Amino acid sequence: MTHPFPFSAIFGQDAMKQAMVLTAIDAGIGGVLVFGDRGTGKSTAVRGLAALLPSIHAVKGCPVNSETVAAIPDWANVTEREVVEKPTPVVDLPLGATEDRVVGALDIEKALAKGEKAFEAGLLARANRGYLYIDEVNLLEDHLVDLLLDVAQSGENVVEREGLSIRHPARFVLVGSGNPEEGELRPQLLDRFGLSVEVTSPKDIETRVAVIKRRDAYDRDRAGFVKSWAKEDAAIRKAIITARKRLPKVKTPEAVLQDCAALCLALGSDGLRGELTLLRAARAQAAFEGASEITRDHLRAVAPMALSHRLRRDPLDEAGSTARVMRSVETVLS
Amino acid sequence: MTTPQERWGNINLALALFAIDPAPLGGLWLRARTGPARDRVIEALSHILETDHLPRIHPNIQDDALYGGLDLSATLATDQPVYTNGVLQNPGPLILTMAERAEKGLLARLATALDAELGLSIIALDEAAEAGEGLGGSLSDRLALHLDLDGIPQATATRLEFDRAALAEARAHLPFVQNAPDDYRDLCLVAEALGITSLRAVQHALRLARHSAALMGADQVEQPDLQLAVELVLAPRATQIPEQTQSEEPDTPPPPDTAQADAPSDQDSSQSDDTDLPPFEALIEAAKAMLPPDLLARLATTRAARQSKGSTGTGRKKKGNHRGRPVASRSGTLGGGARLDLIATLRAAAPWQVLRSASSPKKSKGLHIRKSDLRVKRFQESSDRAIIFVVDASGSSAMSRMAEAKGAIELLLAEAYARRDHVALVAFRGQGSDVLLAPTRSLVQTKRRLQELPGGGGTPLASGLKSALQLANLSASKGMTPSIALLTDGRANIALDGSANRTQASTDAHQMARALRTQGFPAIVIDTGARPTRDLDGLAQDMGATYLPLPRADAKSLSAAVEAALPSP
Repeated sequence: MTHPFPFSAIFGQDAMKQAMVLTAIDAGIGGVLVFGDRGTGKSTAVRGLAALLPSIHAVKGCPVNSETVAAIPDWANVTEREVVEKPTPVVDLPLGATEDRVVGALDIEKALAKGEKAFEAGLLARANRGYLYIDEVNLLEDHLVDLLLDVAQSGENVVEREGLSIRHPARFVLVGSGNPEEGELRPQLLDRFGLSVEVTSPKDIETRVAVIKRRDAYDRDRAGFVKSWAKEDAAIRKAIITARKRLPKVKTPEAVLQDCAALCLALGSDGLRGELTLLRAARAQAAFEGASEITRDHLRAVAPMALSHRLRRDPLDEAGSTARVMRSVETVLS
Repeated sequence: MTTPQERWGNINLALALFAIDPAPLGGLWLRARTGPARDRVIEALSHILETDHLPRIHPNIQDDALYGGLDLSATLATDQPVYTNGVLQNPGPLILTMAERAEKGLLARLATALDAELGLSIIALDEAAEAGEGLGGSLSDRLALHLDLDGIPQATATRLEFDRAALAEARAHLPFVQNAPDDYRDLCLVAEALGITSLRAVQHALRLARHSAALMGADQVEQPDLQLAVELVLAPRATQIPEQTQSEEPDTPPPPDTAQADAPSDQDSSQSDDTDLPPFEALIEAAKAMLPPDLLARLATTRAARQSKGSTGTGRKKKGNHRGRPVASRSGTLGGGARLDLIATLRAAAPWQVLRSASSPKKSKGLHIRKSDLRVKRFQESSDRAIIFVVDASGSSAMSRMAEAKGAIELLLAEAYARRDHVALVAFRGQGSDVLLAPTRSLVQTKRRLQELPGGGGTPLASGLKSALQLANLSASKGMTPSIALLTDGRANIALDGSANRTQASTDAHQMARALRTQGFPAIVIDTGARPTRDLDGLAQDMGATYLPLPRADAKSLSAAVEAALPSP
């Protein structure tokens, strides 16, 4: 697709857009999980985000998008020394991908033609310093999920096979989407995603009409539609760049740390990951809003997406976990 | 309902509209058993799509056939890696046969391929025989046209005629067709009235209306185009019967079956009538005429099937390496009973032969196979059932009932060995409930525990259900497919906290029942009381369970009832 649907033109679905922008500001938040109904623009948003992200500097031809010549791994025969600007990589991991294609393997072509042992980088290498997108993540084979989690955690991909021993950096933001009707995600995997948002089909008729109108306008004239939204997309891009610069300067008051801990305790979320993600997301939110320090408002804005997927399931609660987080936020931060 | 002739005419028109530009419409979902009508449609499709041979895929297709992969024989023959093209890489229409058997994974792969917008379209041939079977949602949502050939007699299924020149003309004219601004709202309103949540459906309807206008040679989408789009795209997706529109007298709403009986006669004079009605309401009327008369019944069974984790593939599957349906093999080590997939192993080893023979110390002629090449076969089998009996052991439930429940459990277990069933027993009495028997297949153990089953006291129904839920979740996490059979004769009178509060007890019981339902475990409620209790019927509805009053059941009829009501393995 040469003209993806512009990110800024997605009508509604604010939580999903906010979560994606936050990971673009601070990649360390650790990925987004988008779960929801069919036809709600989950994949559209990822494609749109790819087109909007600020470009990165990388050595030309480097398989892992190294920033400097010194950072190029030994196994990559990169002769270029020039650092060029290129779009932030957004790599698709298709459901049918084999393990070889994901982690990389011996280069078949070189092995056959020249009898040479060379490493052919996989999808994880290409996603370094960018995004890895998995549609229908809940249907991915278990052994691939385990492998991805391991790499996402360590930030490094290690390949030991065919007499090769290769390691390279693989730091990427994992974006997964799926439809819960097709199958649940294991809690271990859920927890590894920094943020999680639920999307639903808009219920009121005005919103639905607006969504359809925009989508149809895009269908009829893609180039023209993308052009007409270029200004809005550019504004978001600029806001992301500004926020990235401001991020290290955002102060974290002691009271906010207390609030984070109190909130996670009240919700009974397992482990410390919840607190850390909540803090990072709130800091990114503060940077995005141009604030100099994190406030309770920032915590409130990000708490549902940072915590809702870390709660133990309560079969008696019909309202859903997002509502539970909101309730706790109201009591703890009152 | 419309007559078979009218439906056949509509199908003819739908195929023509599809052929104008297949890719944006995603494809069509053809629900029909094999027969002359279906043959006519497929024959017509290859005729109008101007291909001699539509590529076909089947539900068990492997990834290398979909996405392409290394061609083993060609690679060995030429010493060069030779790759095959996967079917998904060729743009154009594709037939998916036996679509009702396609697994979620395949559907997701096809849906992703459609989303890539590379010109692919899918014709899904669905031969579902029973309600509840059928193509899964992720793909069917992306296919604009849902056609049902059921009930079209052979005599009606005449040869479908198409004017290829007119189709080509329409194709050229398509980009110039415009929509009126109100079309968006009208279609959205119709979708809402029919209970369709996916916005993709509205988008498809909009596109189909434009195709229809293009075929007419019009520059603007008109009311008949919209009406056709509603009939072909939205009506088959309906999840509810639209409420009566305001234009009709609110005092005397005609019963729905009369409205449907009137529909054909309306159709004859429809053109003149439509101009009188506001456009949106005329569209709703058009949709109503197309709704199958058994819509509600059909929806109920589909929903039930989805909940009971039935044939649509939502049930838990267990991957092992011994028996079941083969799935893609993967690298692994032999041992532990794993079987070698020889072809896949050779395929993995093939490209490295030149390299390995060069580096091998002895210049041996044989194949060089390394440990990392080994591929082991994997099989998928449906998992074991676990039937959880929740038995009322309260004072009101006479001890004889207990004896019958015990007998039924023993009977079921006796047959369990052949069917891989596990049986568990939860009894509730007094203040709470006990798991008397964790899921087991051991007949000896069961008999011993059953003898010890105590009785007497209140009816803490909620507590019993809670234990059952925990047990069901536990066995599900161990890879079993749990079902729940509740045997009781009365009302709950002990609340979850153990207090004797009838109101609270009932609330708790219903809440637990709903919790069970959200987990989607199939269940049956057997009323062993002398007279059927309404309260239990309501509870069964909350659980999404079958309600069965069996006042004088013996062990044999109990086990037969459980066997019949719960999904077979």
